[in-house]
Amino acid sequence: MIWGTLRLVREGFSLDVRFDMPGQGLTALFGHSGSGKSTWLRCLGGLERGQGRVRIGDTCWQDDKVGIFVPAHRRPIGYVFQEASLFPHLNVRANLLYGWRRIDPQQRRVGLDEVVEWLGLSRLLARRPEGLSGGERQRVAIGRALLTSPELLLMDEPMAALDAEAKAEIMPYLEALHRRLSIPVIYVTHAVEEVARLADHMVQLRDGRVIAEGNALELLSGLHQQPAAGEEPGAVIEARIAAHDDVHHLTQLSLAGGLGLLAPRLASGEGGMVRVRIPAREVSLSLDVPQGSSILNILPGRIVATAEGDPGRVLVQLELEGVYGPGPRLLSRISRYSWDLLGLAEGMRVQAQVKSMGLARDDG
Amino acid sequence: MTGVVSPADWAPVALTLKLALVTTAILLVLGTPLAWWLARTKSRLKAGIEAAVALPVVLPPTVMGFYLIVLLGPHGWIGGPWESLGWPRLVFSFPGMVIGSVLYSLPFAVQPLTQSFAVLGDRPLEVAASLRSSPWDRFFTVVLPLSRPGLLTATVLAFAHTVGEFGVVLMVGGNIPGRTQVVSTAIYDHVEMMEYPQAYGLSAAMVAFAFLVLLVLYTLNGRTGARP
Repeated sequence: MIWGTLRLVREGFSLDVRFDMPGQGLTALFGHSGSGKSTWLRCLGGLERGQGRVRIGDTCWQDDKVGIFVPAHRRPIGYVFQEASLFPHLNVRANLLYGWRRIDPQQRRVGLDEVVEWLGLSRLLARRPEGLSGGERQRVAIGRALLTSPELLLMDEPMAALDAEAKAEIMPYLEALHRRLSIPVIYVTHAVEEVARLADHMVQLRDGRVIAEGNALELLSGLHQQPAAGEEPGAVIEARIAAHDDVHHLTQLSLAGGLGLLAPRLASGEGGMVRVRIPAREVSLSLDVPQGSSILNILPGRIVATAEGDPGRVLVQLELEGVYGPGPRLLSRISRYSWDLLGLAEGMRVQAQVKSMGLARDDG
Repeated sequence: MTGVVSPADWAPVALTLKLALVTTAILLVLGTPLAWWLARTKSRLKAGIEAAVALPVVLPPTVMGFYLIVLLGPHGWIGGPWESLGWPRLVFSFPGMVIGSVLYSLPFAVQPLTQSFAVLGDRPLEVAASLRSSPWDRFFTVVLPLSRPGLLTATVLAFAHTVGEFGVVLMVGGNIPGRTQVVSTAIYDHVEMMEYPQAYGLSAAMVAFAFLVLLVLYTLNGRTGARP
């Protein structure tokens, strides 16, 4: 468990948070730029000093009441920075070993060979950081942090400076961190897609205050979610890959309750778990199963709740109904006019038509 | 250079090199922490200290030489207590010349170091700290290696500038042949006494030396610059 309080006042900005984050899994600190999430992370890492208290499990890293402040180099953390942070005067191998050499040999739980193999770095060991691509650099930075056998991994927007290709290269490694590591990860990001794919737990920030906190899937799929700037509300659901259809370039997913969903062809093998994010605007409702529709996914459900959206729109939460019981919940955004025209109400049965979806997590 | 420099002039050449080596060594030891402080501090004293460090660039050497004679002399604030402890006189001696040279060449060592420390920024230090590196460890394993061009510039400029100084060593050292006469003051003497061939020899050696030093500096920095 990582808990405490932090307060920090700067010109035109203040951070004031009380936190209690789980001691396992990945917790996303989510918010737009300027919301204070990076400052918070820096305070946890000891790179910056706020006022308050920071504890991890039984260990105290900061307590201003009794004058404790453990400096960054004495905290058992791994820290991955946003941009290239490799030492330019050292090659990849020396970068990787920089922290490893500085910890007590008895505390080393992971070795160079293991990290190199896992992150696919063997080709790069003798190279200098300047010759590496953005994705390669970030992989080395992650490996270097892991080689300190940290008790807590802090990641400050590790993908924000990468292009789409490099992001796609790094993402599988980040997803695999879950299964590889038993330590908690705190991951700062402004991208809802990254939260959807990676996070187990999430804390949402605005103007230096926590505005939402809890299970990442529930928060990301809830009716009253606080979408990030430029993001639409939507729902994130977990699914298992049932089969691939290479002819049509589709993947058959199976959802809770025995429901099926057709998605664009995914990379993961059959049986793998994925997370899919379905934006509310991509889900329309009808009273009956439409005939002769080009839409692939038409799922039965029941309206459980509604919320006022933008003027003239309604945000509808549905619970899908499968053959074997309730399925996951979806959000649909329809016009107030359609709502009235169809005579919709809470508790009614509808057919949800899913026009498109985004892949959220492909667990490989 | 043996053919160019007359045998009698080897003493000033040796003394010049010794003075420059000692001065450079002292400047690196004292200048590095000073430059680090200047590059990192948010203190209001910073501008004042920076201005004081830069003074030798703009002051005539005679002004510095004059103050040093006053301070280091037998009745000066420094020279008085010094001699009362039974230590040898500072003015017209090698230690006095070292003190003068250190002060006079200070900006040439401190400014390039401050520059290169400042451009490093916080990030490499934060990264090192997150990798369990203590402040001293960070300084030696991250800051100094990444500041190599600045260190090289500081070393070469401090050395070359000490070799090339005239006014301060003349006044503080006294230009005593065999004891405090360096190359620049020896040339002055030769010219005074119309010994043009000797003056030619030493001057040519100085020009060649200065050019060579700067050439090495620019070559090395050009190389590290291409590969920061």
